[in-house]
Amino acid sequence: MLNKDNNDKKMNKEQRHLNVTAIENGTVIDHIPANNVFKVLHILNLENNKNQVLFGDNLDSQKYGKKGIVKVSNTFFEGNEINKIALVAPTATFIEIKNFEVVTKKQVEVPDQIKSIVKCFNPNCITNVENVPSRFTVVDKENMKLLCHYCEKITAKNNIVFA
Amino acid sequence: MKDKNLVSITDFNKEQYLEILEIAADFEKNPNQKLLNDHVVASLFFEPSTRTRLSFETAANRLGARVIGFSDSGSTSVKKGESLKDTIIMVSGYADIIVMRHPREGAARWASEVSSVPVINAGDGANQHPTQCLLDMYSIMQTQGSLENLNIAFIGDLKYGRTVHSLVQAMCNFNATFHLVSPEELKLPSASKMHIKNSNLIYHQYTELSDVIPIADIIYMTRIQKERFSDPLDYEKVKNSYVLDRAMLHNCKPNMKILHPLPRVNEISEDVDETPQAFYFKQAENGVYVRQALLAAIAGVK
Repeated sequence: MLNKDNNDKKMNKEQRHLNVTAIENGTVIDHIPANNVFKVLHILNLENNKNQVLFGDNLDSQKYGKKGIVKVSNTFFEGNEINKIALVAPTATFIEIKNFEVVTKKQVEVPDQIKSIVKCFNPNCITNVENVPSRFTVVDKENMKLLCHYCEKITAKNNIVFA
Repeated sequence: MKDKNLVSITDFNKEQYLEILEIAADFEKNPNQKLLNDHVVASLFFEPSTRTRLSFETAANRLGARVIGFSDSGSTSVKKGESLKDTIIMVSGYADIIVMRHPREGAARWASEVSSVPVINAGDGANQHPTQCLLDMYSIMQTQGSLENLNIAFIGDLKYGRTVHSLVQAMCNFNATFHLVSPEELKLPSASKMHIKNSNLIYHQYTELSDVIPIADIIYMTRIQKERFSDPLDYEKVKNSYVLDRAMLHNCKPNMKILHPLPRVNEISEDVDETPQAFYFKQAENGVYVRQALLAAIAGVK
């Protein structure tokens, strides 16, 4: 009796663990730099996703020390969407899961153009004064320098603020 | 070039610059050509300007066009909170071409995206002023016979001077060598320097004006504004270091000309006005011919 109880407890523990770690169908976004998980959720509009969304931050990572991870059920991302998070998670991998199996792994690439997600750092830019969606060309992918399509000023990595 | 917008000097390529300059030369010979009799040009100045507005309106009048618009947004529905987008959509229903100046950077680009008629940028904040750039190029061409292989010195406020940024970009098409003279606080921004480097051209930086006088074909003067300095003492230190006077011109090249986008305050002393090097008033006059050329080319009549 005692043994059965213990086994049940063990099972429940394992099941609970399973619920958090694995998804049947959907996407795992791994290797997000620690503390940028919330930005990733925002940029991918997962705040409004109706499917199960699981996320963790400051998890141990062999590669990066600490990392964040996001798991979304029944949701798959296209190239354009994947590259949107390049600004906050250039190291991230999108792992597509079908039937508990890994189907594909996609690496984030820095896009040539960035629309709407970043605010221009120039307070006198028309995008900060009127209702104009921001638009940038990435002129330096390594150092993340964004040239504003409107005011033609460069927003550098340390000035990047998300809209 | 029919129906093309001119928002940034880089919207045109080298051939298009030369085409406009050629048409401008024709207008200088024969300014009164009524080619736009059936056109309405909207002149929308959301912030005041003297030279640019008057020269655009003169250009439109000499072409026979009617001009509508305002010289200050205070008397318009912008004051009631109308968005730029709404103002532009409305005006593009009235006019054939929109000429606009706006205090915000990027305003003209945004306007060109919502307008159904071509937009010419007459200055958007500290960003671009492409028609000034074209008239500067016209003046360089006129005084040097060519735009190629020149030594161009820019003096003064190279950080905030939008005419400097545009002219640097444009002259990168003509194998120029750039000589940049400014106080430490007002050096040319890195984006402009990147443009020079990407064109495989060379720039030199100086803090002394006298260093560039013997080597320059063109000296492009700008005004240093007190409000650009966070510490007023820094302004006091440099305010007289970038003033050009007649005595300084003794060792200049014979072909050297002095340009200035105007208004001048004290950076060129008045004794320079009578020298053969002074070209800034003729440069301002050239603005009318260049703007005539642009209006005519964009309307598709030249």
